[in-house]
Amino acid sequence: MDHNKKKAYLINAIAIVALYLVFFVLIQTKTMNNYFVGIAIMTCIMIIMAMSLNIVAGFLGEMALGHAGFMAIGAYSSASFSMALIDGGLSLPPIITLVLAMVVGGIVAGIFGFLIGTPTLRLRGDYLGIVTIGFSEIIRIFFINFGPTGGAAGLKGITRLVNFNNVYWITIIVAFLIFTLGRSKQGRAIISIREDEIASEAAGIPTTRYKVLAFSLAAFFAGVGGSLYAHYQSFLEPSKFGFMFSIEMFVIVVLGGLGSLTGSIISAIVLTVLPEMLRSFSEYRLLVYSLVLIIMMIFRPQGIFGRSEFSLTAFIESLIRRKNVKNSIGGGEAS
Amino acid sequence: MTVLSAKNITMQFGGLTAVDQFNLELSANELVGLIGPNGAGKTTIFNMLTGVYVPTMGEIMLNDQSIIKKTPHEIVKLGASRTFQNIRLFKDLTAVENVKIAYHNFIDYNMVQGMFRTKKFWTEEKKAHEECMKLLDIFDMGEYADTLAKNLPYGQQRKLEIARALASDPKVLMLDEPAAGMNPNETAELMETIHFIRNKFDITVLLIEHDMKLVMGICERIIVVDYGKTIAEGTPDEIKNNPDVIRAYLGD
Repeated sequence: MDHNKKKAYLINAIAIVALYLVFFVLIQTKTMNNYFVGIAIMTCIMIIMAMSLNIVAGFLGEMALGHAGFMAIGAYSSASFSMALIDGGLSLPPIITLVLAMVVGGIVAGIFGFLIGTPTLRLRGDYLGIVTIGFSEIIRIFFINFGPTGGAAGLKGITRLVNFNNVYWITIIVAFLIFTLGRSKQGRAIISIREDEIASEAAGIPTTRYKVLAFSLAAFFAGVGGSLYAHYQSFLEPSKFGFMFSIEMFVIVVLGGLGSLTGSIISAIVLTVLPEMLRSFSEYRLLVYSLVLIIMMIFRPQGIFGRSEFSLTAFIESLIRRKNVKNSIGGGEAS
Repeated sequence: MTVLSAKNITMQFGGLTAVDQFNLELSANELVGLIGPNGAGKTTIFNMLTGVYVPTMGEIMLNDQSIIKKTPHEIVKLGASRTFQNIRLFKDLTAVENVKIAYHNFIDYNMVQGMFRTKKFWTEEKKAHEECMKLLDIFDMGEYADTLAKNLPYGQQRKLEIARALASDPKVLMLDEPAAGMNPNETAELMETIHFIRNKFDITVLLIEHDMKLVMGICERIIVVDYGKTIAEGTPDEIKNNPDVIRAYLGD
């Protein structure tokens, strides 16, 4: 690791801790009430969902419209797991229970991602989109009719293990992992499929394997997001994981820029907070929301960041440079 | 020593026989040209040799191993790589990333090590970067390393595609019309490059080309196909004077 990279890591780490401290103080001093903390937690969960969807939609470049299905699988399996664990009388610390439940939710969703991905990834574009919609609808209808998880009435009595402290750090870890994935040889292989599948195959990349890998990884992280959702809401109902929820996540990714993880983060924040802020204009809410999207698609169809990433170090450097230029100009005038 | 051989390979698309009982033997370190009029079946032959199409009949051996029904990426791993007639680069990635993708099989860390950025990740990535830069430098493209492939000049894009094909360390390099769309200067430079890489990397080169100056200038042996059949084979001088070839190109 060279010097510049170490510096970049340090600056990002400081920024992450500083942001955490800001929230910590706001919550401790009750400046942020429970309502706002709730929005912050939902934002973190949506960030995880958007980033995981970005693995398929952005890196692999495929239209996957069934992300809510994987989230539902993760949510239900992890909730069942943690309920069984707590009913079984195992008194683990809450964070351990949460992490175990997340791993279970992630793995179960990942397995489904693998099972669904293997046959369907022969399809491309719109066709894959339709198959994934169908899949997520099957999942939803399955949970509506499945007695052991409460059926249409929903699954009640999940222990609430998620609070802002742990969800913040989990989001940071997931963001880090997806970010590093994109910059590893596996990530490069997945991105090369998006760029040109035939060339990728001719360059020696086992494209089928990497497509399934990308699909399973996206499902895994969607399962993690679903677990957090389950342990935050402490109540799950199948109707939440409908088609519109998948579309909502897809919109976040498209708005942020397909392939840009920082874009996904920013647009997840905007698109989760904005509808809440507009709650007071209730009837104009959807109007403004769709207007924002339309304006965005006209003036910046590639999304907020396109395919590039926002870099904090580059941003700070450009600020410093600008300041130096200003200083030198100012100095010139003084003499 | 034979590196790549094809025996009686035939490709039929429905009722159309695109390639009919084609034979090929490539020895180590040879530079062979494959020419023929439009629609003669040259690219189909390429596609069979690289695993894109599975021949209807016949046998293809690469380093004494049958590659029939192997997928293209498996064939790359066995030592045959190619370029495309219409350039197929990863347009939105930089030049060095393009090469790194083809270097994929030589980078040794797994996904977990990559995601958690262990020491192995850094050392392997550093090694990969250095190797890929070395390869770009061979093509005098070091300065373009961080340029997006789509922003490169046309001639550089062609060269980058060859560099990418070489990154998988092939024994046979197949070039599909490398000089297509190039001006005479660029073609002359390309001729030098092809000659140079053949000697530098000690590989066999098979190329399809329409530019007769290039083919006659550098190929040691030329195979002429027409209507999916070999109509002549020999040194450039023999081919130039072969009546069958003249008939195929100019008509009776």
